[in-house]
Amino acid sequence: MKKRILAGLLALGMTVLALNGCAKKPAAETTAASAETSAAPAANAASESVAPTAASSAGQKTGRAASNEIAVGIAQDLDESLDPHLTVAAGTREVMFNVFEGLVKPDPDGNLIPAVAADVAVSDDGLVYTFTLREGVKFHNGDPVTMEDVIWSIRRNADDSEGEALVPALTSISDITSEDNKLLITLSEPNNEFLSYLTLAILPADYDKQDTAPVGTGPFRFVSRKAQDSIVLERFDDYWGEPAGVDRVTYKISENAEGLILGLQSGALDVVSHMTSTQIVQLKESEFNVEEGTMNLVQALYLNNAEKPFDDVRVRQALCYAVDKQGVIDMAFDGYGVPLGSSMYPAFGKYFDESLTDYYTVDISKAKALLAEAGYPNGFEMTITVPSNYQPHMDTAQVIAEQLKSIGVKATIQPVEWASWLSDVYSGRKYQSTLVGVDASEMTASAMLKRFVSTAGNNFVNYSSADYDALYEKALACADDAEQTLIFREMEKNLTENAANVYIQDMADLVVVRKGLEGLTFYPLYVLDVSRLHWAE
Amino acid sequence: MKKKMNGYLMAGLIITGVLLLMTLIGAFYTPYDPTVMSAREKFNAPSFAHLFGTDNFGRDIFSRVLKGSGTTVFIALSTVVIGAVIGTAVGAVTGYFGGFIDEVLMRMNDALTAFPSILLALVVISILGPGSRFNLILALGIVFIPGFARVTRTAFASLRDRNYVESARLMGASSARIMLIHMLPNIFSVLFPALTIGFNNAVLAEASMSFLGIGVTPPDASLGYMLSEAQGMIVAAPWYAISTGLMIILLVFGAGLIGEGLQRSGNSTEL
Repeated sequence: MKKRILAGLLALGMTVLALNGCAKKPAAETTAASAETSAAPAANAASESVAPTAASSAGQKTGRAASNEIAVGIAQDLDESLDPHLTVAAGTREVMFNVFEGLVKPDPDGNLIPAVAADVAVSDDGLVYTFTLREGVKFHNGDPVTMEDVIWSIRRNADDSEGEALVPALTSISDITSEDNKLLITLSEPNNEFLSYLTLAILPADYDKQDTAPVGTGPFRFVSRKAQDSIVLERFDDYWGEPAGVDRVTYKISENAEGLILGLQSGALDVVSHMTSTQIVQLKESEFNVEEGTMNLVQALYLNNAEKPFDDVRVRQALCYAVDKQGVIDMAFDGYGVPLGSSMYPAFGKYFDESLTDYYTVDISKAKALLAEAGYPNGFEMTITVPSNYQPHMDTAQVIAEQLKSIGVKATIQPVEWASWLSDVYSGRKYQSTLVGVDASEMTASAMLKRFVSTAGNNFVNYSSADYDALYEKALACADDAEQTLIFREMEKNLTENAANVYIQDMADLVVVRKGLEGLTFYPLYVLDVSRLHWAE
Repeated sequence: MKKKMNGYLMAGLIITGVLLLMTLIGAFYTPYDPTVMSAREKFNAPSFAHLFGTDNFGRDIFSRVLKGSGTTVFIALSTVVIGAVIGTAVGAVTGYFGGFIDEVLMRMNDALTAFPSILLALVVISILGPGSRFNLILALGIVFIPGFARVTRTAFASLRDRNYVESARLMGASSARIMLIHMLPNIFSVLFPALTIGFNNAVLAEASMSFLGIGVTPPDASLGYMLSEAQGMIVAAPWYAISTGLMIILLVFGAGLIGEGLQRSGNSTEL
């Protein structure tokens, strides 16, 4: 009997141990998966059998063109709740961008333009924002937008009585008042970015079915949703602005990439975003246009500047001379992508210095000479850590590993989960090199450049340059915009000259559009504006 | 211990022999460098220049399959060796001695078996750290211990009271000697099929782990990793998935036939 109890206890102990081990796993996977939806829009989407409409030859109208409809393929289902204030997934925002609007909304150039508000004025001290509501804006249920709705929508996001506010930045609002059709928002301290938070959706105050039947003010109204299958939007005829170009948009969810391709080929889909070049070569050029936008990020082989051998600038420069950016783009991306030479991408306009792109041209003998000078005449071994959920980075890493062989550097690739990438590489800085894309959280030059200041908390490459730090101080203190721009460009040059990282490209965001459908517009945001799409006459 | 040849054994030996010879050659010579990329030769269909075609980087798939099977076979064999040696040791000790040690070891064994093997390997890998071939072998090896332990324990337990064991014990032979010299050769007919089945499972386990991205890492090729790559381009380059998948099937099929053949001829010899 004693024996049995002992054995039972042992078995129990083992089970508990093993269970603990497993418990860690699913949690990590969930994180990676959710990170994927927001950060890495790899096209994984759902296949479904849709009765193919008459396959279109170029120029000929399909059934949908005749009835002025489009079908858009998306890679994942939307959030459980469609309430825009509670939405988390980037994929949901991408769709619902067409249904909701805020007081202001982003335009394709990344500026904020008035939407539900007709006009915005900011006081000189930056503390009081005065919005004039637009006349005649209606909700999709027919009710006019009232001041009460606007204030309710803002307050709902600023409310921190039950823990953190939905939009924490809004807690800096000290007062909201209204006079006639003017809304006055007073802040407790000035905030240059404040306006960008007022893109939050304006919703009717007395409506309680937002999660299942959302109502907003955008160019499209929500019609229906079938979980894991489709979402249908229709043109909102009482829209205050430019009316949408098509009557009806059906989003079809296809969770594997092949399903999207087959959908396009069979004629079931007209538009699919975030495709890879490998997928695109499977489509007939006569039926589809491929529109190329940019992901708006800096893809690079980020080097841990504090880790041997990358603490030596000559080694880093040698890698830059050995890596052929255009070769990477041709090999792994079929030529789609914009080569970069520093931590800045073209969407930043004046801050982007194009001349840095070709600062390092492929020169194997120079690279070898630099390595020999640094004490590695026969090269060395290195590890590239890559978040494995993102295939384009994995592909790039493979091409780079192959290119580095030419200077005797043997690179091995270590795929890691997104969660462990965040903890070990990004926060822990325990890595030698990593291949990822880094983007800007807001459209300011310092969002890209501040992280390379030696003391910055998010300086995950451990870049350390006294000149760079001094330049950043100077830029912050500078009041003149033109002069500040020059300093920022100086900082980019500093990164390039010191080969802080092996810069590669701003990756392409490829959107496949059926021939005959026009008006695709790219935003510097993760959205697809279907209101501008229309069938050619 | 004389094994009679039969059809299964013959076919299995031929298939496995050819494949092993190919991977052996692949370790020293491949028609192309399996990692060299070529932008001009992406997605070439199978031809005389590229027997199995080329992949998304223009790499020769035939060369990669040769190299990749080498990796997979190496991992599978090492895994089986670890599982078989430790598993047999555990099985021998528990089967021969019985009693308390039997209870303890076999309950631990039960606990290990209680988990789906892939999940267990995932746990071990997440503890050891992913990305290393040796961690993968170790993880899979641990997963394979319980199977071997269980099979050999039964065999040892049934031989324990045989007369020849008894007489060896009376002659003063040590327990280790009895187990190793006298009993082990007599359980080969049980062990061999277990080894071939184990090899099969190990090939599949490596493929699954690499397919999930926690086994062999690029630019190294293994059949499982290649299959996961091929999955993304199954329409653009179906030959990639087919040739890689076929290689896995043949490896498993060959070893399966050998196991079946051994079992059939093994039945004629007395345990």
